[in-house]
Amino acid sequence: MADIQTKIRTKSQGGVTDVLVLVEHPMETGQRTDPKDKSKKVPAHFIQKMTFSVNGKEVASSDLGPAVSKDPLIGIKLKNAKPGDKIKVNWSDNMGQSGSGEATVG
Amino acid sequence: MKKILLTLAALGLVAGTLPAVMADPASDLKQFQAFFKKKFPTVPFDEFANGLYALPGMEEYRDQWEQFNEFPPYELGLSDGKKMWEKPFKNGKTFASCFKNGGKNIAQGYPYWDERSQKIRTAEMDLMDCARQNGEEFPFLTADLDKDTKARVQLAELTAAFYSLSQGQRIRIDLSSPGAVKAYEEGKKFWWQRRGQLNFACAHCHMDLAGRNFGGNQPLSAALGHTTAWPAQRLQWGRLETLHRRYGTCNSQVRAKPFKHGSDIYNNLQLYESYMSSGLPLTAPAMRN
Repeated sequence: MADIQTKIRTKSQGGVTDVLVLVEHPMETGQRTDPKDKSKKVPAHFIQKMTFSVNGKEVASSDLGPAVSKDPLIGIKLKNAKPGDKIKVNWSDNMGQSGSGEATVG
Repeated sequence: MKKILLTLAALGLVAGTLPAVMADPASDLKQFQAFFKKKFPTVPFDEFANGLYALPGMEEYRDQWEQFNEFPPYELGLSDGKKMWEKPFKNGKTFASCFKNGGKNIAQGYPYWDERSQKIRTAEMDLMDCARQNGEEFPFLTADLDKDTKARVQLAELTAAFYSLSQGQRIRIDLSSPGAVKAYEEGKKFWWQRRGQLNFACAHCHMDLAGRNFGGNQPLSAALGHTTAWPAQRLQWGRLETLHRRYGTCNSQVRAKPFKHGSDIYNNLQLYESYMSSGLPLTAPAMRN
């Protein structure tokens, strides 16, 4: 779905670049009772895979699960990233949705 | 009225008794802000716009807050609101067309007294009327804003977008007309009135006990700067919410029945609180505990 927001922010300090990713995602665990129908559970819906790439080359990947909070903020630290490097983040969840975001190191 | 007097006298705010009741808004403001300057002498005036994080003893909360501000989660809601603000209506106009200066740098005058309707008007009301006049259909126009969280959050996001255009502007409320002063007096009365099973007035927590913890884990903000950050995102809620929602939860925290979202009494309270924060910069939207 295109309208799920994926925001990226980078901050460089002392040769290390912080990359922070904020995704608008419900991160349902599948354990929560449906407030409308108490006999049902809200189906699980969470991000499973998130990959980070710099200039098209994958540098990190993470497996997320239902323990991660709603609207998660995920960060990595990059060494030797140069200004102008393109950072891309892809994620996909257990319901087959996916999204991506791009940012340039400033 | 007697309680107000007693409380004021107990706070050491007034020497005489009767003049305080008859006080005009300008001298109320002076007393109010002087109280906090005396209570927190180390906090610079502008810092009060940052709510409880400015107060001494709240360093841990402040650390957490600053971490959050690195990449604040309200940005998701704010972008939704900005999208709504910029998206043209069916007739080609946008929300900006309903406001002076395209909505930029005017939020510091809200809420204001409207001579025509003889009522206090908040930014939320203006935004809703703007959508109505242009024949738009948003869920928040018809929904019960007390119950429908989705519609209320949408309104909060839109209001946040509106307030974000005025960030840094210093609050200036116009109380020149008698109607406005009357509404102000109503708000003041609400502020000093005890309510609920706990029998607290707003002033108990946010003046006397400001800077302390209520029930262990509810840090209490100073009343000075209360409205500057709203609509805000609270950690507990995880979404942008309106100021009136906060008033409602505040009322239920002292075990009182909350008033309706957008009711006159909350509008008046918002007027009183905003006026008492005169001169502080707007920081909305922001993170709050």
